Amino acid sequence: MKTKTTQQLEQQLKRHSKAAKLEIWGRTISLTALLLIVAVVVAIIGFVASKGIATFTSNHVNLWDFLTGKSWNPNITDANGKPEVGALPMIVGSFLITILSAIVATPFAIGTAVFMNEISPNKGAKILQPVTELLVGIPSVVYGFIGLSVVVPTTRAIFGGSGFGILSGTCVLFVMILPTVTSMSADALKSVPRYYREASLALGATQWQTIYKVVLRAATPGLMTAVVFGMARAFGEALAVQMVIGNAALMPNSLVSPSSTLTSVLTTGIGNTVMGSLQNNALWSLALVLLLMSLVFNLIIRLIGRKGRLQ
Amino acid sequence: MSKKRWWQGLGLLIVVVLGVYAYQTRQVSHAGESITAVGSTALQPLVEAAGEQYTGEHLGTFINVQGGGTGTGLSQIQEGAVQIGNSDLFAGEQKGIQAADLVDHRVAVVGITPIVNRKVGVTNLSTAQLIRVFTGKVTNWKQVGGADLPVVLINRAQGSGTRATFEQFGLAKHRSKTAQEQDSSGMVRSIVATTPGAISYVAFSYVDKTVQDLSLDNVSPTEDNVTTNRWKIWSYEHLYTKGQPTGLTKKFIAYVESPAVQKTLVRQLGYLSPSQMTVERDAAGKITPLGGA
Repeated sequence: MKTKTTQQLEQQLKRHSKAAKLEIWGRTISLTALLLIVAVVVAIIGFVASKGIATFTSNHVNLWDFLTGKSWNPNITDANGKPEVGALPMIVGSFLITILSAIVATPFAIGTAVFMNEISPNKGAKILQPVTELLVGIPSVVYGFIGLSVVVPTTRAIFGGSGFGILSGTCVLFVMILPTVTSMSADALKSVPRYYREASLALGATQWQTIYKVVLRAATPGLMTAVVFGMARAFGEALAVQMVIGNAALMPNSLVSPSSTLTSVLTTGIGNTVMGSLQNNALWSLALVLLLMSLVFNLIIRLIGRKGRLQ
Repeated sequence: MSKKRWWQGLGLLIVVVLGVYAYQTRQVSHAGESITAVGSTALQPLVEAAGEQYTGEHLGTFINVQGGGTGTGLSQIQEGAVQIGNSDLFAGEQKGIQAADLVDHRVAVVGITPIVNRKVGVTNLSTAQLIRVFTGKVTNWKQVGGADLPVVLINRAQGSGTRATFEQFGLAKHRSKTAQEQDSSGMVRSIVATTPGAISYVAFSYVDKTVQDLSLDNVSPTEDNVTTNRWKIWSYEHLYTKGQPTGLTKKFIAYVESPAVQKTLVRQLGYLSPSQMTVERDAAGKITPLGGA
């Protein structure tokens, strides 16, 4: 038998203190937030996948035909009675425009980052930083509109044709991904230790030799991450590209012929189809391809990051 | 400690008051009916304007109008998610729709005309020539008597009501060659206006002096020619309901079909009223003259 005072003491000791309660409360909140986000991501992937796979399971489209077919007319069935859902023109269009805009943007972005970090950090911080941040904030519809009213007529005047096509899309996307790549490249350069530069200069290297042979080499994994990140953004951009690329589901035979990307076909088509029909499922399959590609981009970024750490 | 209690009490009070208020307003907005119409962007301006007038005259009613496209309108009404589905097409023409469940209310007629860039120098084509242009057999305007300019086709998106109507009645069910696609009529007009050699098609209300409309077989695209079906490229604009409409839906559709709206709003916004038509067309495209009209 315990006395009354020891019982009270025991209760007092076993009770959660205020700090402990807060601790539990805080943990619960952050865990709920985490679970919610995980649930949303899983739900999105699950939904897109279930819809996208329906084209192949319930509409019996051959996966290989889907990925390599060149004719996109979901409303029409071909001679064999199969719907014409060949996504190759869109896949090629998306990749072409992504790679081209990355190729054009990379030298500019790295050049700007080098200027901001190595050559003139003061001016860089005062002028270039705010300008880059401003570019990030411009909505994509504005880029698209400028593309439509400036880039397209210019392309038409110089190269002929209608002006709509991969070239115009590349011009618009180049400006759109430039700030992302620039600011990430600048971060990569910043993380190169100061003693690398000091050692190089002490050995008698000029500033340019230091930048070219030491800083850029050391920052290569970071710079590559920046480029892949920009490519991921270019790949997923819908509105601005849709306005200038012409949206013709044709294999691009030149840079100024109208073509299309996965995203542009999705945005133009989704309102004109009925949920559950083949036309709609085919669009979901395109969305699934997009999702898988952005997963691949993420994996590449992680791989580069890991390799960079080992060096 | 007691001060903290006081704040907690106040917080609880605010939550309770807000909850009661929300519950009350829920009751009110339920009593004042509301319906939603979704779908065709071609029909959206008319339904929006009619909805505004109607709610202005009948306080406490709400008519939400949203775009999204004909396909969205028909699939939403089929699922019963909305009260009215706006469509440019007969429900039976859209794949994946069970037309038997839906009731059709034709509230307007829209004429569609081919338009070309002004530099093309063509104002009339035969139907056969038009088909050859859109199927890619004519690649330069001089082949049909115009300037020496390459033909640039601009289509509406696949599944668009305007495109379906144009291909069925303008191209005699021929399928247009794969070409540029745009998802709005305004965009099509501005591209045709600025691209030399461009040809596309829009509803009459979108034609202005920046583009040239085309006569077909010497029939010009006018409203009079649509009413007699001499100009064959036209379509009904439909409000679809699931089963017979009831309550506010029924009243609103009756309002849109009433002469008060048909003679004013429908005409002002560039549509024709079905009552002006001297012929009727069914879902299969069969034309029957209307007696006495």
